[in-house]
Amino acid sequence: MKLRDIAHSRTGDKGDISNISVIAFDPKDYDLIARQVTADRVKAHFTGIVHGDVVRYEIPSLGALNFVMQQALGGGVTRSLALDAHGKCLSSAILELEITKDER
Amino acid sequence: MKTIRIGSGAGYSGDRIEPAVELAEKGDIQYLVFECLAERTIAIAQQAKLSDPAKGFDPLLADRMQAVLKICHDKGIKIITNMGAANPAAGAAKIGEIANSLGLKHLKVAAVAGDDVLEALISGPYHIEETGEPVAAMSNKLVSANAYLGIAPIVEALGNGADVVITGRVADPALFLAPLVHEFGWAMDNWDLLGKGTVVGHLLECAGQVTGGYFADPGPKDVANLARLGFPIAEVSEDGAAIITKVAGSGGRVTTATCKEQLLYEIHDPARYLTPDVIADFSKVTVTEAGLDRVSVTGATGHPRPDTLKVSVGYVDGYIGEGQISYAGPNALARGRLALDIVAERLKLTGVDTGEVRFDLVGLDSIHGAQLAAGHGEPYEVRVRVVGRTTTMKEAIRIGNEVETLYTNGPASGGGATKSARQVVAMLSALLPRGEAVPTIQYEEA
Repeated sequence: MKLRDIAHSRTGDKGDISNISVIAFDPKDYDLIARQVTADRVKAHFTGIVHGDVVRYEIPSLGALNFVMQQALGGGVTRSLALDAHGKCLSSAILELEITKDER
Repeated sequence: MKTIRIGSGAGYSGDRIEPAVELAEKGDIQYLVFECLAERTIAIAQQAKLSDPAKGFDPLLADRMQAVLKICHDKGIKIITNMGAANPAAGAAKIGEIANSLGLKHLKVAAVAGDDVLEALISGPYHIEETGEPVAAMSNKLVSANAYLGIAPIVEALGNGADVVITGRVADPALFLAPLVHEFGWAMDNWDLLGKGTVVGHLLECAGQVTGGYFADPGPKDVANLARLGFPIAEVSEDGAAIITKVAGSGGRVTTATCKEQLLYEIHDPARYLTPDVIADFSKVTVTEAGLDRVSVTGATGHPRPDTLKVSVGYVDGYIGEGQISYAGPNALARGRLALDIVAERLKLTGVDTGEVRFDLVGLDSIHGAQLAAGHGEPYEVRVRVVGRTTTMKEAIRIGNEVETLYTNGPASGGGATKSARQVVAMLSALLPRGEAVPTIQYEEA
């Protein structure tokens, strides 16, 4: 299944840094998501978009992860040449990640 | 226990106006807050002020005040806003004018300034956070430098009986935290309560983004009636516990899911959300459903505030030129690719010096690139988009022109060409000792 089947997401921007939350619809799926959606995997998923480090923060009380991605916005919303200068569409892209169900 | 209801009337400068009117009329609120100052807005406002000293405040200030000022005055709802942008005093004068034209008596408006720290920043030993470069080295390109002020001047203005407080750059959550501190008498070093209040401010500062806006995804995440989206209300108790809700019957929804998304919006380390007033800690927050469109938020705390203030620095960063044209129907993709090749060659032939340039096919892979777009099939139509950074306006204009000339010089049946060229005001940041930004308050009575 896809991550979007069990989680939702929102993107925010600050300068050239994008943050993407991944929030379990059902808190019971948090552990599964936390095991499979690692910072390395997110960085690989966004190859060519995110040029800096990806750091993952865990917020178990919300059943959520927060990925903070450096050099992700073409220099930042105020100078980027990108059509989506805020990177607001990135949250939809992360939900395309495959999740292995069996482990659940 | 005493509770206060605060409404959020705008989440950005261009936001809808009727939801704020709905909050004032039906929200049973004591405070109405308008957060309208994006990162770059103040730099652009500073440029406007330079060309006309009576300008530099939010262009929609008059429209918003015309819509809510009388209702708020009649009901005793206090207004707090950062619509002063680069010129809070002129904004306050405009509000006074509107109050007079509406026949409102005894309306006290406070203008909070002191966030403009351009002089201090240029003359001191400060550097740009992102690049490490000394600020002084780029002083000829600087447009603005504004420190993020905290709650202190807003709390003081409310204490002096202000009905409307209009500020320039202050931390967004401070607009909401200030009335809580004023009403409940929270100590300025009660980090736990300031952290709780900051979470409330953070949840409300983008208005509709916590009531179902920026959330809907038909199927998994349906939201009813987004055309009439209701803006949020926080019902906050003296101990910092809060309920997020909205006006009954308005569009949208308030659920644990909408609140979680907004809680993490634009957050880095959730345990260390830096503001001028407190380092808020969101890492143990819990949200629970407390009824229809009512969500209870608990568990936030805080740590001592930072010693320095963040400064948002605006500077002129060259020009951006852009052109677009569409191709549709059979073989549209191939024609779009041919168009991009032609423009790339033309920019070389005509000597347009673009330090950085993008050749996009909108509809194919322009947002996330070829890797993520792979395997999604060939689109029926594509929009060619060429955009580049230049050092002169003249070259920026050339980019759009080279796309437009595809009409008569490019692939078959290109249509709908558009072009633009603009000077870029970009933003960086710096840190400044607190003492360098001294807030001032000026009162105006209608």
